[in-house]
Amino acid sequence: MTPAGVLAAGAAGGDLFVAQNVFFGVIALVMIVSAIRCVTTRNVVHAALWLVLVLAGAAAQFILLGSEFVAVTQVLVYIGAIIVLFLFGIMLTKASMGDDDSVAGEKRLMAGLVAVLLAVVMGIALIDSYSDTRVVIDEPQRFAAVSDAIFSQYIVAFEAVSVLLLAALIGAIVVARKE
Amino acid sequence: MILNQFLLLAAILFCIGVYGVLARRNGIMVLMSVEIILNSVNINLVAFGAFRDHVAGEVFALFVIAVAAAEVGIGLAIVLLIYRNRRSIDLTEADLLKG
Repeated sequence: MTPAGVLAAGAAGGDLFVAQNVFFGVIALVMIVSAIRCVTTRNVVHAALWLVLVLAGAAAQFILLGSEFVAVTQVLVYIGAIIVLFLFGIMLTKASMGDDDSVAGEKRLMAGLVAVLLAVVMGIALIDSYSDTRVVIDEPQRFAAVSDAIFSQYIVAFEAVSVLLLAALIGAIVVARKE
Repeated sequence: MILNQFLLLAAILFCIGVYGVLARRNGIMVLMSVEIILNSVNINLVAFGAFRDHVAGEVFALFVIAVAAAEVGIGLAIVLLIYRNRRSIDLTEADLLKG
């Protein structure tokens, strides 16, 4: 490690407990616990409510990263719309309202193995690649910059997404309606 | 803040989502796990956007949110259709194409 690297590491250790990092740790803990509860709980409605905590935590992380527009969109679209959609789906398929005790043991074991293996591989790769890379957020992202980018550079993708949403809307109606 | 803390959080959430997709048999639970996966990707995108100080990360996070909304709409419609036809949303029973 070069002397500059040692200095940077020392500085990183020095401001490890700034408020941002403390908030990050708390929110990350809440998110991980909620996500684990969401995928392991037997009650589907409880799983949807745990998912709310995960999504809200993600919104908080977006605010920590200085992109408040994505955070607001996250709250509006995910917590406001998608969770309601999930709850309606749970209500309409009332067979799943109660316990879902059909999580087979062997399947669970293999899935856990795959997940842990994937976590180890990705963790090693990330620590190897970005171990001392720092994010410096001097000012929150302005709405104007994001909207300028969407409506100039990414206008084709934006129009494609709007067509996709329309197609998905019509498709969902066609698929789900009664004959 | 270190970039890696966000990336590692996203990686852990991604793995939890993968576990959910693989282990659960309830169709709605699988869709919820996919939402966790898409959220972890969004955290990655925004983190890299903040790291590079570029708006592309946020723009694509917004696109991912829109695509996720479309995906959930269609997915729930399909689950509803499976339920209506088979009175169950157990995905291991939805194996008509299995030959």
